[in-house]
Amino acid sequence: MKTTIHDELRKRILVLDGAMGTMLQRYKFTEEDFRGEKFKDWSSPVQGNNDMLSITQPEAIAEVHANYFEAGADIVETNTFSGTTIAMADYGMEDYVYELNYESAKIAKKVAQEFTEKEPEKPRFVAGAMGPTNKTASMSPDVNDPGFRAISFDELRTAYKQQAKALLDGGVDLLLVETIFDTLNAKAALFAIEEIKEERNIEIPVMVSGTITDASGRTLSGQTAEAFLISVEHMPLLSVGFNCALGAKQLTPYLEVVSGKSNFAVSAYPNAGLPNAFGEYDETADEMAAQIKTYLDKQLINIVGGCCGTTPEHIHAIAKLVEGYAPRPLPELKKTEAAL
Amino acid sequence: METGLKETSSITDFRPLKLSGLEPLVITPESNFVNVGERTNVAGSRKFLRLINEEKFDEALDIARDQVEGGAQIIDINMDDGLIDGKKAMVTFLNLIAAEPDISRVPIMIDSSKWEIIEAGLQVVQGKCVVNSISLKEGEAEFIDHAKKIKRYGAAVIVMAFDEVGQADNYERRIEIVKRSYDILVDQVGFPPEDIIFDLNIFPVATGMEEHRLNALDFIRATKWVKENLPYAHVSGGVSNVSFSFRGNNVVREAMHSVFLYHAIKAGMNIGIVNPTMLEVYDDIPKDLLEHVEDVILDRRDDATERLLDFAESVKGTAKEKTVDLSWREEPLQDRITRALVKGIDAYILEDVEEARLASEKPLHVIEGHLMTGMNVVGDLFGDGKMFLPQVVKSARVMKKAVAYLLPYIEEEKLKNPPPASEKEKSNLVLMATVKGDVHDIGKNIVSVVLACNNYEIIDLGVMVPPEKIIATAKEKNVDIIGLSGLITPSLDEMVFLAKEMKRQDFKVPLLIGGATTSKAHTAVKIDPEYPESVVHVNDASRAVTVVGDLLNPDSSVQYKAGIKEEYALFRERFLTRGKKREFLSIEQARENKWKLDWDTFEAVKPNELGVQVIEEFDLEKLVDYIDWSPFFRSWDLHGKYPDILEDEVVGAQAKELFADAKVILKKILDEKLLKAKAIFGLFPANTVNDDDIEIVTSGGGENEEKFIFRTLRQQSKKASGKPNIALSDFIAPKESGKQDYMGCFCVTAGFGTQELAEKYEADHDDYNSIMVKALADRFAEAFAEYLHERVRKEHWGYASEESLSNDALIKEEYKGIRPAPGYPACPDHLEKLTIWDVLKVKENIGVELTESLAMWPAASVSGYYFANPQARYFGLGKIKMDQVTDFAKRKNIETRLAEKWLNPNISDQ
Repeated sequence: MKTTIHDELRKRILVLDGAMGTMLQRYKFTEEDFRGEKFKDWSSPVQGNNDMLSITQPEAIAEVHANYFEAGADIVETNTFSGTTIAMADYGMEDYVYELNYESAKIAKKVAQEFTEKEPEKPRFVAGAMGPTNKTASMSPDVNDPGFRAISFDELRTAYKQQAKALLDGGVDLLLVETIFDTLNAKAALFAIEEIKEERNIEIPVMVSGTITDASGRTLSGQTAEAFLISVEHMPLLSVGFNCALGAKQLTPYLEVVSGKSNFAVSAYPNAGLPNAFGEYDETADEMAAQIKTYLDKQLINIVGGCCGTTPEHIHAIAKLVEGYAPRPLPELKKTEAAL
Repeated sequence: METGLKETSSITDFRPLKLSGLEPLVITPESNFVNVGERTNVAGSRKFLRLINEEKFDEALDIARDQVEGGAQIIDINMDDGLIDGKKAMVTFLNLIAAEPDISRVPIMIDSSKWEIIEAGLQVVQGKCVVNSISLKEGEAEFIDHAKKIKRYGAAVIVMAFDEVGQADNYERRIEIVKRSYDILVDQVGFPPEDIIFDLNIFPVATGMEEHRLNALDFIRATKWVKENLPYAHVSGGVSNVSFSFRGNNVVREAMHSVFLYHAIKAGMNIGIVNPTMLEVYDDIPKDLLEHVEDVILDRRDDATERLLDFAESVKGTAKEKTVDLSWREEPLQDRITRALVKGIDAYILEDVEEARLASEKPLHVIEGHLMTGMNVVGDLFGDGKMFLPQVVKSARVMKKAVAYLLPYIEEEKLKNPPPASEKEKSNLVLMATVKGDVHDIGKNIVSVVLACNNYEIIDLGVMVPPEKIIATAKEKNVDIIGLSGLITPSLDEMVFLAKEMKRQDFKVPLLIGGATTSKAHTAVKIDPEYPESVVHVNDASRAVTVVGDLLNPDSSVQYKAGIKEEYALFRERFLTRGKKREFLSIEQARENKWKLDWDTFEAVKPNELGVQVIEEFDLEKLVDYIDWSPFFRSWDLHGKYPDILEDEVVGAQAKELFADAKVILKKILDEKLLKAKAIFGLFPANTVNDDDIEIVTSGGGENEEKFIFRTLRQQSKKASGKPNIALSDFIAPKESGKQDYMGCFCVTAGFGTQELAEKYEADHDDYNSIMVKALADRFAEAFAEYLHERVRKEHWGYASEESLSNDALIKEEYKGIRPAPGYPACPDHLEKLTIWDVLKVKENIGVELTESLAMWPAASVSGYYFANPQARYFGLGKIKMDQVTDFAKRKNIETRLAEKWLNPNISDQ
């Protein structure tokens, strides 16, 4: 099975979409809207459960995807950041995990196909987003008991496996294990994906994206950028990189590490700067693009997009910018591709 | 699919083995030999096994930390023991390691023969580990299954040269098995070849068995074969096996390890488990020994084993003879000076220093150049765990001698050419002091010496230093760090006081806390909150160097200090919440629950000799057999039980040498009668009154009769039902029982002359022997207390006249009756020493005094009570509540505030 995303990656820098949450806020959905018809009698409040909007407000989700494709994105992420039984437990909605992943994938895939048909020379792709969950496998939530773990590898593996299967059934082109605070969580996700590959005898392109939490240059679980890379590169990945927590400029040194040492493609989708005093992201599209230009001048990346606070305007500016640049050379793409 | 790796491998360049903890470890052909830390292995370390068994995970973590600090690049963790739940222990320990960034920065080697333990370990580590190990032993299917999972978990793997038939024990079998293993892994599993490490089985040589002759050579040849034929694969092994047949002869063993490694590394072995202390430098192996060892390792002669065995006899324990080998005197000057410092040889240092001085422009250059170069080597070796504390102290002795020799020349030079002020570069100043009221300084002196070896300038204010003096000196000299030491419990409060004072006076320098009663808990809970700057508890001398280094390193100190502050805050929080679960009884309830002995049937043994007796000038010779040596080794940071410690794998050689040196000083002390031992003791009629007080009567009645009261303290924490709340008074018959009972008290010393003798050595810049004298005096005092107790039991009191116990049994306290000492767990209250001094007139009779903190002077003294009741036993008071403190103050007729001050370490925070 050969996916064209490999061909596209060798030709040019691919653009990923921007924030889903930021866009959904613009709809100012009420508790009623969140519930929709299906959950109108749900026992607990659901406002804020963005993933569920794929079921109750599918048109809005489709619209956001379309906006990003319109702005120039090659890849959009499904609206499934919290789509695991572990994260959905907050709303008591573990039973709807398969459905919301499946529906989210279908919505995004449909929009992507429409755009690909319109512009066959610029095929569009859907990445199934797999977030970090709200628990960590290698850190204790209890400072008094550093040996305690709120979640086990096996629990994570099972939950991620369910999510990945639903996303694949819904038609995603690739999977994106993202916003990795704790590398062990990501390893459980990768383990699950390997199992699916074996069971279904298919290949799945996988993007992995970690999060450097602050200027210490480490993940929340304490790893340096290089240690993180070494811990996840045992699988043949499509790309590895970083997203969230930092703005484009602050992310540069860590991209340099990964770009210099990874045999895979490199991805980056930073926040729109660092949050201001009110927790809002106010970096403009041009400001962000100016910083991303450094990535391109240094040939650090193959895939670029935006995380918290970014909008179609940001993605448009980035898409415009990358047109004039060559992608980072891919040392081992051949090998990865041969394996697919 | 995933094949093709092997085919392409021959044309692409090298692929490194990449591992990770919190930080990366990338092993390339240019990398030095990667040493795997092996002490966190229950099969290899008895201490680690004990700690895991007792669930003392904090201490077990310290072992892991020491390994990493000592330079281990990977730590091997093994929990395979019949009595341990290996899976649970592995997961618990790995989870705890994950919370310790200074340990988890290195990759983990998950070591087990059980797959379920390996898999459980793989599921809790975020970095890329090494699995140790898998093999074809149980067949291909299981091998493939495990390898596949390991790959999926993202780990590298050690593959043993083992198959269905057995372990590979010759060249051909090794090749056969590793080739098969490699092909399966690379072709069928798609395992990255750079993530495969072969353990080619290191077996002993020179066993006398013909078939073992090729053991080392076959390993080396197989290593070479792997490197030439199996692209990117690595080779490792446990080196100490090779010298197994020479156990007990470390000279030969160390040489064998070096020779083996030298050749194996040349052949391509790049990872291994090696005890760095069991390794001689290849180039330092004497030529004749080297030849004999290489003959064996490389199987160069038919009679190689016999020849090495014969030769081994001649080098057995030749540490001394080695120093007689004077060929090193022919080497260049710097090499000679470095060697003198590393080996602690002071015989030639003055002539070498003189030669260096004549060759240098300025005398100071000899210190900054020749001597510091040598001391840096010492510092590195110590840091790498290749030198032990007693050796470093010996190095310091040589250094001090050399510096003392140069000082007059430096002064002269200064007078001739006064240096411009700007040129005076200040080295880091560390102030060391034993706090007010405390006289113990062995540990403090060791830390001072070790720091001095690492190029810190030490201002040692000695013992019983008042806080004003510490503060004033610190200000005047602008010191960079203050180190406080203490052994008795009141010193803990002195340290708290100093921390407060330093805060008040706006000090910024870090504060180090050390000494036998100090603890991380006390430091974190009581001292750290009082001082906003860094406070660090340093539990042994070897840690002092890294701690001070981290605190003063301009690049990393900010981060380190913040880390320590946070660590202590966390520790404090944990400690305080942990304590909250404890329940207490009121003192009345505790007395209700006293230990009730059956006084009706009780008949006390009346002492043969009532009253006070003084022993002047006791013959120390008689005490030698009573010495408990284990604490002596502990005072030098060598841990283990005497006499086993002399044969210990790790510290045995060093312990033997230290013991030999101790015996020299011991003989000198005995021959020249340099220390004086004295004792006083008294046996008196006694009865318990009012639950917790013991009334004794001196002078046997009549007009001179005088009554004294010993106040005891009672356990107050709530006990399991049926368990009493004990006080020492429970062991004496109460007055209302109508039975006459008895008790005794005593003070022994072996300390007179210690100070003079230690000072004599210090004047000679010989800290090693100065510390030695003090450590020996302490041992004599303890031995004297043991000896006297025995005489009292058998003769003076005579309640155990039939007793016949070995020294070992004495140390294990197998005798009847007890001799608890004020300041120790059963009676932590030091105030009662004043009563003993009153009763026995200790100062007037034998000259032992009490300091303001109630420490005994001379320090090598022991005082305490005698209880004869066969049911009497040692216990710990534990924490008590304020109601008992108030009651105690009333009974003693002192202010509550004063009682609170003295009992503070035992008062519960709740």
